[in-house]
Amino acid sequence: MSTPDDLPRMDRRKALQWMLTATATMAVRDPSLFAADANAIKAQGYGPDPVMVKIYKPGDVWPLTLAEPQRRTTRALCDVIMPADETSPSASALGVPDFIDEWISSPYPAQAGDRRLVLEGLQWIDQEASTRFGKTFPDLTLEQQTAICSDLASAKPLPEYKKAVTFFKRFRDLTAGGYYTTPEGMKAIGYVGNMPSGTFEGPPLEALKHVGLA
Amino acid sequence: MPIITANKLQDSYDVVIVGSGAGGGQTAYTLTMEGLKVLILEAGRSFDVQSEVAMLQLPSQAPLRGEKTPDKQYGFHDCSINSGWDIPGEPYTNASKEPEDQFRWWRQRMMGGRTNHWGRITLRNGPYDFKPRTRFDLGFDWPIGYDDIAPYYDKVEMLIGVFGTNEGLENSPNSSPGVLQPAPKLRVGELYAQKHGKKVGAHVASIHRAVLTKPQDADTLPAKLHPGNAKAQSILADSMRTRSPCFWATDCHRGCAIRANYDSQTVHLRPALATGNLDILPNAMAREVTLDKQGRATGITFINKANGSEGHAKGRAVVLAASSQESVRLLLNSKSNAFPQGLANSSGKVGKYVTDSVSSSLGAHIPAFEGMPIHNEDGAGGPHAYVPWTLHAQNRKGELGFPGGYHLEFGSGRQMPSLTTLNGIESRLGHEGVLFGAKLKEEARRFYGCQIGFGGQGTMLPNDGSFCELDPELKDQWGIPVLRFHWKWTDFELNQVRHQQQRIRELLEAMGGKVAAKADADVSKLIKRGGEVIHEVGGAIMGADRESSVTNQWSQTWDVKNLFMADGAPFASTADKNPTLTIMALAWRMADHLMDEMKKGNI
Repeated sequence: MSTPDDLPRMDRRKALQWMLTATATMAVRDPSLFAADANAIKAQGYGPDPVMVKIYKPGDVWPLTLAEPQRRTTRALCDVIMPADETSPSASALGVPDFIDEWISSPYPAQAGDRRLVLEGLQWIDQEASTRFGKTFPDLTLEQQTAICSDLASAKPLPEYKKAVTFFKRFRDLTAGGYYTTPEGMKAIGYVGNMPSGTFEGPPLEALKHVGLA
Repeated sequence: MPIITANKLQDSYDVVIVGSGAGGGQTAYTLTMEGLKVLILEAGRSFDVQSEVAMLQLPSQAPLRGEKTPDKQYGFHDCSINSGWDIPGEPYTNASKEPEDQFRWWRQRMMGGRTNHWGRITLRNGPYDFKPRTRFDLGFDWPIGYDDIAPYYDKVEMLIGVFGTNEGLENSPNSSPGVLQPAPKLRVGELYAQKHGKKVGAHVASIHRAVLTKPQDADTLPAKLHPGNAKAQSILADSMRTRSPCFWATDCHRGCAIRANYDSQTVHLRPALATGNLDILPNAMAREVTLDKQGRATGITFINKANGSEGHAKGRAVVLAASSQESVRLLLNSKSNAFPQGLANSSGKVGKYVTDSVSSSLGAHIPAFEGMPIHNEDGAGGPHAYVPWTLHAQNRKGELGFPGGYHLEFGSGRQMPSLTTLNGIESRLGHEGVLFGAKLKEEARRFYGCQIGFGGQGTMLPNDGSFCELDPELKDQWGIPVLRFHWKWTDFELNQVRHQQQRIRELLEAMGGKVAAKADADVSKLIKRGGEVIHEVGGAIMGADRESSVTNQWSQTWDVKNLFMADGAPFASTADKNPTLTIMALAWRMADHLMDEMKKGNI
């Protein structure tokens, strides 16, 4: 498993350049300079004839774009959604934040809406955390983080949370989907296939009994 | 003779074939095994199934977890390259802007064509499927009946390797004894559907699919397929011995490096190349069928995609197997003084009567599956069972409001998770709000593997509103005029989809599923768009006379006797069966006829 620091992060490098330029010329403290924005991605996709057998990881085909503060919030939110338990690891331990970064950094049109939604959502949830608890989301206790998420996940969320709820639901889908498509996630959910075998024996007796077929 | 570049073309071939998929592959196989010199022009690049397909890669090892993108429109690991509904530089148009009147056109630009990524479902048309006019006074009777094609179904099934059972069902014919490979055991979900489907009159049977469940019988099958032809027998035996049976993992749509399932390269082109009688020219986009002064086809003009230059391949006969609508486009673009409306189009029927499978789907969570003991349910990379159409009595009484019928395909069990595996978890488990945290992990385990989804695929008879023609203005990147599609569903298709939805609902409820979708939903929105099933056929239909059809019963055009069709274009209707097996059987039969005609000196 690669650590996040192994991954190319174009915007972090850009941000560092900007920061150096900015401090050299004037005291710019606009935090948006240090964060990916929702503008369209200009990178190239993998094209219609990619090497299918290759093993890819996020960042291999197009650069990741989240700046470090956004990555911290992403990691924290991923782990509230998919925490570690006694049998399976947390989402961040499985590299799910990198996948989310890859997803929202994708040059394809289907992900452009998610990019805006996620970037604005991350900003919203940090602001909400600051308003409620005086710290950004990743610096909250798990109870505080869960309190915010529970409000968004509620059956009847407050009307002012409408957009944040849309973000949370989509972020949840990406986190859970990203999680269960890894080898550890597959094990956690109960997928034991993808194993070549000489024979196919069909369902075991206990499975048939389970549904009244034996 | 091998895979070649344009400068290696022979001066002339016995037969030039456009397309290397099911129809082109079968035609090339049949002809080269009998000693004819054949050229295949393929618009896509060469593709090495053994080294290029991704069989065991996980979604997490692909960009975007392997989800579909405009570059890979069936997902990253699907065995399609340079293919899709929308291909840059290769447009097509729709005459109508109405969503329900759209036709979507999948093109597969690679060696082996669409056989690389299909589901390998190989159902035979039954006797009724060839005679809709006789049965329903609708559509057109094909000029052949089941008995004409049955021997070719047997031959194709023995060649490609098809598993399944003989169920003795009305209009879903048995294969001859000894033809089928053993059917794999059914999965829990399939057995459960079989048991509970009976309550609503649904017969769940083993499906037929082109996947080897044991090694092919290389000692006896070649002699049955090529009696008296020792060389062909030897080549085929060698080819069969290089195929492994299924190793019971991975989705067949990814392609099969161990050659357990059928694709055109693995089964048709490889032995055809081994005869030494086949050249294949990839990256050659056919533009026009050329004619001599006597009105006989002389070959194909093509664009060499490597450098944009134009070339010409000569043959004593020409076979179009470019996919039904691409072959139609070739005919329409082959205009001459003799054929100002396009080649072989004296009837005006080229492009007419395009049909596709009528399809809709519905799924539900089956609570009985919750907590199922974990076991490997991968199996043969696709369904082991299906629900054939059995409501023939209602058909006869005219009770249904549509001609023909549909079969149901379904998937169940713990399949390899994808990004969307948990879609619907809240609604199907009855939660309000959004699950997260420990509760999400717990509910994910309960939800996963308990979903069953059924999809119908049914009869479509030709209508006057579903056809294609040349777009009057638009051309593709090589300057070749493109197709403009017209599409109209009739009440028959909409009634059928209504019936599909009701029947699937009954089946799901018989299994204890709760169906979230409303029963009175608008069927014009539920029906898959024209072309979306990728079963589009017709456009150069076969018939009994030259006024009402484009080809005779041998897929030989009425107007140009050395010009043949070997894809879905000659289909006079779509059955409640998948078309690929019938494409291959018709291609083999056509190729036999072509050789007869050559021997007689008629071509």
